[in-house]
Amino acid sequence: MVPLSWYLGLSALLFTIGAMGVFIKRNAITIFLCIELMLNAANLTLVSLSSFFGDVDGQLFVFIVMTVAAAEAAVGLAIIISIFRNRESLNVDEVDTLKL
Amino acid sequence: MKHPLANIILAPLIGAVVLGLFGKRMSERVIGWIACSTVGASAILSFYLFLQHREALELGQKFHEHLFTWINVGNFRADFSLLLDSLSAIYIMFVTFVAFWIHVFATGYMRGDKGYWRFFTYLNLFMFSMLTLVLADNFLLMFVGWEGVGLCSYLLIGFWFEKNANNDAAKKAFVVNRIGDFGFAIGLMLLFLKSGSIFYFSDSARGIRGAFDWAIEQPGDPLTWSAIFAGGITTIAVLMFVGATGKSAQIPLFVWLPDAMAGPTPVSALIHAATMVTAGVYMVSRASSIYVKAPSAMMIMAIIGAATALFAATIGLAQWDIKKVLAYSTISQLGYMFLACGVGAFSAGIFHVFTHAFFKALLFLGAGSVIIGLHHEQDMRRMGGLKKFMPVTFATMFVGWLAISGVPLLSGFFSKDEILYRSFIAEGLPDPWPKALWFIGAITALLTAVYMTRLMVLTFWGKERFSEGHGDTASHDAHGDDTHHAGPPRESPRPMVIPLVALAVGAAFAGYLGVAEGLSGGKIPNYFERFLEPSLASATLAREAANAPVTHFKAEAVLAEEFPEPSTAAGHGTEILLTVISSIIALAGIGIGWFWFNRKPLWEPPRLLEGKYFVDEAYDAAVIQPIKLGSKNVLWRIVDVHIIDAAVNGAGYLTSQLGSALRRLQSGLERSYVAFVVLGALLIIGYFAMK
Amino acid sequence: MEKVLFIVFAAIAVASALNILLQRNPLQGALSLIATLASLSAIYVTLHAQFLAAIQIVVYAGAIMVLFVFVIMLLNVPKDQPQIEKQKWLRYLAIPFAGLLMAEMFYVIRSVKPITLPAMPADGAGDAVGTVSSIGKALFTDYLLPFEVTSVLILMAVVGAMVLARREGD
Repeated sequence: MVPLSWYLGLSALLFTIGAMGVFIKRNAITIFLCIELMLNAANLTLVSLSSFFGDVDGQLFVFIVMTVAAAEAAVGLAIIISIFRNRESLNVDEVDTLKL
Repeated sequence: MKHPLANIILAPLIGAVVLGLFGKRMSERVIGWIACSTVGASAILSFYLFLQHREALELGQKFHEHLFTWINVGNFRADFSLLLDSLSAIYIMFVTFVAFWIHVFATGYMRGDKGYWRFFTYLNLFMFSMLTLVLADNFLLMFVGWEGVGLCSYLLIGFWFEKNANNDAAKKAFVVNRIGDFGFAIGLMLLFLKSGSIFYFSDSARGIRGAFDWAIEQPGDPLTWSAIFAGGITTIAVLMFVGATGKSAQIPLFVWLPDAMAGPTPVSALIHAATMVTAGVYMVSRASSIYVKAPSAMMIMAIIGAATALFAATIGLAQWDIKKVLAYSTISQLGYMFLACGVGAFSAGIFHVFTHAFFKALLFLGAGSVIIGLHHEQDMRRMGGLKKFMPVTFATMFVGWLAISGVPLLSGFFSKDEILYRSFIAEGLPDPWPKALWFIGAITALLTAVYMTRLMVLTFWGKERFSEGHGDTASHDAHGDDTHHAGPPRESPRPMVIPLVALAVGAAFAGYLGVAEGLSGGKIPNYFERFLEPSLASATLAREAANAPVTHFKAEAVLAEEFPEPSTAAGHGTEILLTVISSIIALAGIGIGWFWFNRKPLWEPPRLLEGKYFVDEAYDAAVIQPIKLGSKNVLWRIVDVHIIDAAVNGAGYLTSQLGSALRRLQSGLERSYVAFVVLGALLIIGYFAMK
Repeated sequence: MEKVLFIVFAAIAVASALNILLQRNPLQGALSLIATLASLSAIYVTLHAQFLAAIQIVVYAGAIMVLFVFVIMLLNVPKDQPQIEKQKWLRYLAIPFAGLLMAEMFYVIRSVKPITLPAMPADGAGDAVGTVSSIGKALFTDYLLPFEVTSVLILMAVVGAMVLARREGD
């Protein structure tokens, strides 16, 4: 039997990888992918806890999260497209006109 | 009328407000009428109240008028409420009377001045303040009046403000007064601290206890140096006297009064002779209950008074400006008043205030008449022989001259003589002092006669020196319209001459109200002293706590007061002897002055006296220059620039540096933002993990 | 048996996740993410969350990732541009942060009680947690409002995406 802590550990690992990806990568789309990875790690935690404690609310929440992730992905990509149109580059480090 | 005392104060205030707001558009005639009528109304009302309540006041009844409760915090209470007792009744009568005539005189004197309306506004405002000072029934309201007269003095001294010297004189008056007021204020605070009240007398209707009732219950302080600094009743008395030295120009704070002669002559007459400068004497007499318990303070007061009297008289002998002679004469006479209070003869001091108001105002107005007659000439070296050109002025000033010199049967004789007698027999002072003080007073009386004779001789007799050219502008009365028309001096117009006559009558006959009992062998009572008796503490009689209860104007029962026993026969003998000596001194002084100055009118006085003992210069070097130097080098350069400015600028600099540093945080790069987010997350998770 | 399955799928998931970081080309990153999603879906199945596993494949891998791939193809970044990097020092922060994050999380996880998974009722009957019917029931009774709001949210996202992505003059 797989103990709960393994699932949680896996989720932590995936989350950390995703966080570091957002941190390190400069390509906008790759950053987005890592964000999705983090969301999935969180989903995993929710599902595993829900299963182990017999509560359906966790899985329901995951359902909503997926929906929101979809919406967010759509809008985020639209933003990336419009930025790309202006700058011809997906390098996040070039988008720094908000600096003081 | 429901609030007569309030109306006495408010009449000049209304005059001041009306003239202040609308006076600029009024004609001189209307302004003069308004100004004089308000003061006249106050005068009539004062006399009416006196006549109506004379018996009650004589028995010691006090009339209160409560206008409104001003401050009532914790156990500190001060009201805007007025008190009529025998002391304030006398004061408001002669103050308003003399002030009325001075106002009338001023309508003629200031004619043609472009600040005519402003002058009378200030003058009425001054009357309001002075009457508030006198009629107040608690020290705080008195202090309000005290400050108010100081303010009006400043405004009026610097009336011709285009000339810088006048502004300097006004500032000097204000600043020196302020020094005295500082002492006074601390004295009041100490009084409140010790007695719990700043009202004079108790009033059960309002539930207040009077400071004087507390003072009466205190045991007397001993006559020692340490009592002055002990923080008890002597300290209070000394501090309050410091205020009096400022306001009434005694040593060491007298230096403003001669400079104050820069103001128009009616101002000098009203404020710096008859009324404001006597406020110090009023305050000391009012607080006599406190002073009789503080013998060290009274001794200091007597010594300073006598010393100032002699000191100022010697300077007055050496001045050339007619107004300066009178100014130093005022300082000298004020010294007499404080001498009287210092030896416990408060009623004699007030009596001298009373007579001095008449003859000094008379002398000043006469001098003003002379000045106008000679087209703004003030230097006596350019006067002379005016007797035949200005006869009425001459006659009235003649009366004033005899009065101030103490010639028998005129007012000054009675009051000055009373003071000298009382100081000779003073009981509270250790032994050589009473005789020594009498001696100083006698010498001063001699000098007074001499210098006043000098003034009269130089001005009215002898060779006519006034057509010898107007070279020296420094001595000119800085009038707005300096009309230099040639021609012999003429007598002044009627608005100026009639007040002279009225005051001369007062100067001649006012003394009869206070004939010392010894002179008549106990047959004629001293009306003045009897009238004032209930309001002043006596140093010799130990007053017990039962003062007359306070009532309001719908009077109730009156408690009878005891009168002091009339002086004994042996006392009469001494008094008659001293009176004879005083008369001899007065006549001798006039004689010396007559012969000396008729022969050599332009006698050069010693430089020390002419330079007023260089007191101003000494103050300048010892006090003012160090303050200026200290302010410039320490306070400005170091404290202001390096500490305060540095702190403020430094705060700004720090903020901008901090801002620059923090600016780097917002780099516009989302990666660093993410880094901060992750960092924050780490911290939060760590916090919860550690729990 | 289950442990083996778990370890296999977990390994695939972690490896694919690391691959996202290692790849330069975002397209290959997207493909790696799809692999991660698929293995996660398998893990969901082992957790008796069948519905979610299916939804994961259909929605996440099937729709969202496809969207990603479309956008990557659309954008067509030329490869020979020099990559500007500002604030290079951030790169060195990554490993410490990662280490700290992992450490904290594992610290927390250690306090979890060892629980075992409740057995799955035979034949997917009734209301066991994770079945379609249980989720459906909860969704349409207790959580009806979030459900409706989510649909509005999707509408907003659609409108927003259309507005943001259109060219000028459309």
